[in-house]
Amino acid sequence: MPANAFNAYTDLGIGIGLRVPHYNHILSEKPTVDWFEIISENFMVDGGRPLKVLDQILEQYRVVQHGVSTYFGSAEALNREHLKRLKRLVKRTKTPWLSDHLCWGSVDGRYTHDLLPMPYTFAAARVTARKIREARDFLEVPIAVENVSSYAEFHVSEMTEWEFLSEVVERADCGILLDVNNIYVSSRNHNFNPFDYLDNIPAERVAQFHIAGHTKYQKYILDTHDHPVIDPVWKLYEHAIRRTGRTATLLEWDARIPSFDEVHREALKANRFIENFNSHEIAA
Amino acid sequence: MLPLAPHGGMRATSPAGRPMKAVAADFIKPNDRLTSFERLEIYNRQYWFRLKDCFYDDYPGLRAVLGDRRFERMACAYLEEHPSQSFTLRNLGLRFIKFLESEPRWVEPYTQLALDMARLEWAHIEAFDNEAKPSLKINSFIGVNPARIRLELQPHLTLLHLNYELDEFLIEIKRDEGLRHEASNALEERRARLRRRLKRHLRHKILFLAVHRFQNTVYYKRLEAGQFILLSAFQANATMADACNAAADTGDARSDLGGQIKSWFQTWASLGWFCRLK
Repeated sequence: MPANAFNAYTDLGIGIGLRVPHYNHILSEKPTVDWFEIISENFMVDGGRPLKVLDQILEQYRVVQHGVSTYFGSAEALNREHLKRLKRLVKRTKTPWLSDHLCWGSVDGRYTHDLLPMPYTFAAARVTARKIREARDFLEVPIAVENVSSYAEFHVSEMTEWEFLSEVVERADCGILLDVNNIYVSSRNHNFNPFDYLDNIPAERVAQFHIAGHTKYQKYILDTHDHPVIDPVWKLYEHAIRRTGRTATLLEWDARIPSFDEVHREALKANRFIENFNSHEIAA
Repeated sequence: MLPLAPHGGMRATSPAGRPMKAVAADFIKPNDRLTSFERLEIYNRQYWFRLKDCFYDDYPGLRAVLGDRRFERMACAYLEEHPSQSFTLRNLGLRFIKFLESEPRWVEPYTQLALDMARLEWAHIEAFDNEAKPSLKINSFIGVNPARIRLELQPHLTLLHLNYELDEFLIEIKRDEGLRHEASNALEERRARLRRRLKRHLRHKILFLAVHRFQNTVYYKRLEAGQFILLSAFQANATMADACNAAADTGDARSDLGGQIKSWFQTWASLGWFCRLK
C-alpha cells in the first residue's frame, strides 16, 4: 500500500524537512535525498531569495508541501487570499499531495499561529470535512490532514481523537498525514494507549508519516521537534508500517537543528523498520 | 486576543469579569497532573513565546536602540493591540510604525531614532521577499514624452528619509546577530558593549536611503536629496516632467541637471528599479 490516491500514487521514500540552515549544504553538495518537505507558508511570498532557493531545489529534488495555517478546523470560512497563494505555489512545486493540520488557529480574522486542538464533535467534523473538500476542489491536488499533538481536551468532545480523525477523513474523502510522534505526545498528555490510535484509523488513507523528537517536562510532553526520535516513537512507527505498508516518511527537525548529515541519518533510521516489514511480508 | 496576556501567564479574570480558572474549567478537561487552567496556560505561553520570538528576530536594530527589556515591553504592547491578522508571521510588523507614531511613550526619549529604525527594518522585510516585476531597460525611455509619462518603481523598493545614519548601524547589528546563532551565550556581554558603542556613535544626520533587492540580496543605497525627491515623485504618481522639475528645485541641484538625471536613470535602470511606463 505504498502508493494510494491520497499521495497521488507516488512512492517517495524517506525525506526530511527543508530548513534554512541546510540551504548552502544542499545547494552546494547536492546530497542524495528521496524528497524534501517544505513549509508552504515560507514560500507563499512574491519574490526574493526564498523562491530562488526553492526553484534551485526543485531542479534537483522532489518536493511536497506541508502547511501550517489553512486551519481546516476554524469555524470561519477558508481564507481565499491564502488559498490563491497556496495554489500558485502548488503550480510551482507540482507537489503530488498537500498536507496541513487537523486543527484550528484563527478566529474573527485573527491568527494564533498555533495548531490548536479541536473539540471532537460530529458538528466540528462536518464543518472541517466540508472545508477540506472546498480546499481540495480549489487547489486541485490531493489533501492529507495531520493529527496534531495536544495539551488540552474539551468537555464537549463526543469521541476519541482517532475516531474524530477517521470521521473527518471519511467525510472529506481525504488522506491522513499520520504523525506518530504526535500520537505519542498526546497519548502521554491525555493518558490513552497510542496503539489503540494506530489500530483504529483507516490505514488505507495514510498518505504520509511524520516522525520527530519532543521534550519531556515534569507534567507534560511538548512537541518541540528539537531532538532525535525516541525508541517508543520508533516502535509506534513500526506498528503503523505494519498496518499501512511502506509509506512516504518524513523527519521533522525544526529547532536546535544539527548538521544536514545528522538530520538525514536520523531520518534514514526509518529504513530499518521498513526493511523489517518487507522481510516479514516476503516470509508471509 | 483576550484572554491571553504576555506577562506571567494568563489573566486572572476574563473580559466578562469571571475568574479564568472557572472559565477554563468550563470547557477544558483537567487530567491527573494539570488543572484545566494549567493546560490552557501551555497554549498561552506558546502563543507569546512564538510571537515575541518572531518580533525579536524582525527588529534587531530597534532592540539595540531600546535594550532588550524595553523592547519586550513595547513588543507586548504592540502585539496586544495588533494581534496577527495574516496567515504568515512575516506580516507581524504591518501596523508597527503606525503604532509607534500613535504611542511614542514606548520609545521615548528615542522617539525619532526608534521610528527611523522601525521604518528601516520594515523596509528590509519588504525588500527581502516583495515582488520583483520585469524591469525596464534604459532604452525604454527613448522618445517618450516626459510630460505624459509616469514611472512605476519596483514593489521591493522603499524610499526612506531618515534622521540618523542608521544604515551602517543596522548592518553591524545584523552581522552581530548572524554570529549570535553560531556563538555561545558567553558572548552576550561583549554584544551588549558593542551595541552601546554603536549607539553612542550614531550621528544625527539627514539620510536619504533606498532599500531594495538586487540579485536576491537586500541593499541600502544612499541617495542625494535630488535623487530622493525625483524617485519619491515617481512613487507619488507624478509625470516624469514634474518629477524632474521637483528635483531641479532642490538646493543641491547642479547646473548640468539634465546630464545628472540621465546618469541617475542609467544607474537605477541597471539596478532594475523601474518596472513600468504608464
